[in-house]
Amino acid sequence: MRIVVKPEVCTGCETCIDSCPYTAIVMKEGKAFITEYCQLCRACLGVCPEGAIIEVTEESDLKPSQVAQPSEYKGVWVFAEQRYGKVAGVALELLGIGRRLADDRSVELSAVLFGSTESEARELIKWGADRVYHCKDPIFDRFNDEPYCELLSLLITEHKPEIVLAGATPVGRSFFPRVAARLRTGLTADCTSLLIDQETGNLLQVRPAFGGNIMATIVCPNTRPQMATVRPRVMKKGEYREDRKGEIIHVEARGLHSHTKVIDSVREVSEVSVNLQEAEVIVSGGRGLGDQKGFKLLEELAEILGGAIGASRAAVDEGWIPYSHQVGQTGKTVCPKIYIACGISGAVQHLVGMQSSDIIIAINKNPEAPIFNVANYGIIGDVYEVLPLLIKKLRSLKGQQ
Amino acid sequence: MDIVVCIKQVPDTAEVRINPETNTLIREGVPSIINPYDMHAIEAGLRIRETVGGKVTVITMGPPQAESALRDAISMGADDVILITDKAFAGSDTLATSYTLSKAINKLGAHIILCGKQAIDGDTAQVGPEIAEFLGIPHISYVKRIEDIRADYIKVHRLMEEGYDIVESTLPVLLTVVKELNEPRLPSLKGKMAAKKAEIKRWKASDLEADPDRLGLKGSPTWVKNIFAPEVKKDRKILQGSIEEQVDALIAELRRFGCV
Repeated sequence: MRIVVKPEVCTGCETCIDSCPYTAIVMKEGKAFITEYCQLCRACLGVCPEGAIIEVTEESDLKPSQVAQPSEYKGVWVFAEQRYGKVAGVALELLGIGRRLADDRSVELSAVLFGSTESEARELIKWGADRVYHCKDPIFDRFNDEPYCELLSLLITEHKPEIVLAGATPVGRSFFPRVAARLRTGLTADCTSLLIDQETGNLLQVRPAFGGNIMATIVCPNTRPQMATVRPRVMKKGEYREDRKGEIIHVEARGLHSHTKVIDSVREVSEVSVNLQEAEVIVSGGRGLGDQKGFKLLEELAEILGGAIGASRAAVDEGWIPYSHQVGQTGKTVCPKIYIACGISGAVQHLVGMQSSDIIIAINKNPEAPIFNVANYGIIGDVYEVLPLLIKKLRSLKGQQ
Repeated sequence: MDIVVCIKQVPDTAEVRINPETNTLIREGVPSIINPYDMHAIEAGLRIRETVGGKVTVITMGPPQAESALRDAISMGADDVILITDKAFAGSDTLATSYTLSKAINKLGAHIILCGKQAIDGDTAQVGPEIAEFLGIPHISYVKRIEDIRADYIKVHRLMEEGYDIVESTLPVLLTVVKELNEPRLPSLKGKMAAKKAEIKRWKASDLEADPDRLGLKGSPTWVKNIFAPEVKKDRKILQGSIEEQVDALIAELRRFGCV
C-alpha cells in the first residue's frame, strides 16, 4: 500500500502539509508530494478538500502469506487465566464474547486452562465452552512466560483454531505476544469490541489508541490464528448453565522449560479496588467538587444506593481521595450498572475507564463538559445543590418502603 | 555488561484529537517526546551501568526525525545511539517492528535489553515480549524493581493484577519496565553538549541481515482497517427544568431500572 497525491486534482492549497505527523508531505512545483518519510499512518487521508490524497493498493500487498491458509483454521479459543488456582473473572467474559463469535462462525468454542483443577475446568463448560484443554502440571501454578508460551503454541499448531483470545491482564499481555511472534501471526492488544465481518469472515478487532482519543478497527486477513487480548470488564460474561455438556481434554506438559522462576508472589489487594470493580453502583467525584468535603456527600449517596466511591485523576492528584479509587486510563476500568459522575468534566482518559457502564449519570455545572457526551442522563447544575436534594429524596423514598 | 534500551518517539497523546468530520488524527502542533515509559527504561540502563559497569546503547526505529529522541538519550548519559530508519520499514505493525529491532539487537549483542512497558500512542505492550521471542531469550514484563543484578543473574519485582511476583532469571534477558521502577534523571550540561555534537549512526534494512519479506507492511499481519472517534451515546438525555424537577426525573428513571 502507498499513499499518493493525485497531481491532476491537487490545487496546491497546502492544507495537507500540517496534517502529517512525520512531515512527509512537501510542496513540489506547486503540488503536494508525499516523500519517503511517509509511515502510512493515514493521518492525511480525508483532509484534502479536493480529495486528492488516496490510498493505492499494490499487487505485492495482496500476496497471501505462506504461514497459514486461513481455511484450514477452525474454531474459537479463549485462554482461561487462573490466579492461585481460581479462574479469573476475565476468562468468563472471554467465554461470553467467544461464544458469540463461535456461533457467528458456526464453530466450536474451546477454553485452554493451565494449572488449576478439574472442577474449575468443568465450570468453564458451564460458562459456555464446548471443550476445555486442561493441563494440570504444577509448572503452571505460578506464571512464567516461556512454558505458557511453549504449550499454548504447541496446542495451536496442533489444533489450528482461527481465533485465540486472552484477557488484557498482566499475564495475557505478557505471554500472548510471544505466542504470536512464534506463530508469526498478528495480535491486537486490549480490544474493547470484537465482531465477525460477515463478508470475509475475518475478525474485526476494535481497540482504543492514542490514550483512548481514537478507536481503531484492526484486521488480520492473511495469517491465522487471529489473536487478540481483550480488556477486562468490558465484555459481558457468558450465560451460566448447570446442564451444559462439553468435554475436558487432558494435556500433558511436554518438555517445558523456563529461564525465569517466580520465587514468591506477594498479594496486595486493597479492599477499595475490589469493591470498585465489583460494585453495581459507583458514585464518582472530580475536580468540580472543589475540595475533599465533597466526597462526604458522595459517600452518603453511595451508602443509600449500596455503591462504591470512585474518583477522577484530578481529584486524586488534588489529594482529596487515595489513588485506589481512581477510575480511568491510569486507574481502574469499571463497568457498574450505574455510574454517577459528580463534577467530572470527562477527559478521555477518564471516559475509557467507565464508558461501558450500563447507565451513566452526569452532574456538572458546565453544559459543554464532555462527560455529557457519554451520559445517559445529564443534570446541568451545581453538585452541592443537586446531591443534597437527591440524597434527601432518596432517603424519604426508602423511608416509605 | 552490554545494555540495549529500545525507545520510541511518540506524539504527546494528551494532545492528540480526532477530527469528527474527516475521522482523521489532528496532530498539528503536537510535540514529539520520548515515550514516557522508555524514559524509565533509559534510567534503568544507566543505573545498571553504574552498578555493574558496561555500555548503554539506545536504539529506536522510526522516521528520520526520531533522531531528536536519540539526542535526548545521549544527554541523559547513553554511550551510543542508533537510528534504525528505512522506507522499507513503513507500515510496520508490532510483529514487523519487533522482528526489525531483534535483528538490530542481534547485530549489537546484549546481555540485558530494556523497553518501556508500552508506548503511549499505540498502547500495545507487545514489542518487548515479541523481541525476546525472536531473540530466543526470556523476558519479564512490568518490572517495578530490580533487586539484584550480576553477570549472569537478575532478580526483579514484576507487577501483577493482585500484587507483585519476585522473579529471577538468567541473562541475557529482556525487561519491560513501569514508572514505579525509578525517577528518570535530567540531562546534565555535559550530556547536552555531547548530544549536540553527536553523530547519529543510521542503520538501514540492508544493514540488518533481515528477510525483506518480514519488514514493513509486507511483514505485518495486522492492518488498520479504519479509525474513528469514540462513540457518543445516542440515548442520552439532558434533564430539563429546575434542579428539583431534574432530580425528580432522575429518581423516576432510577426506579424504572429497579435501582432504587
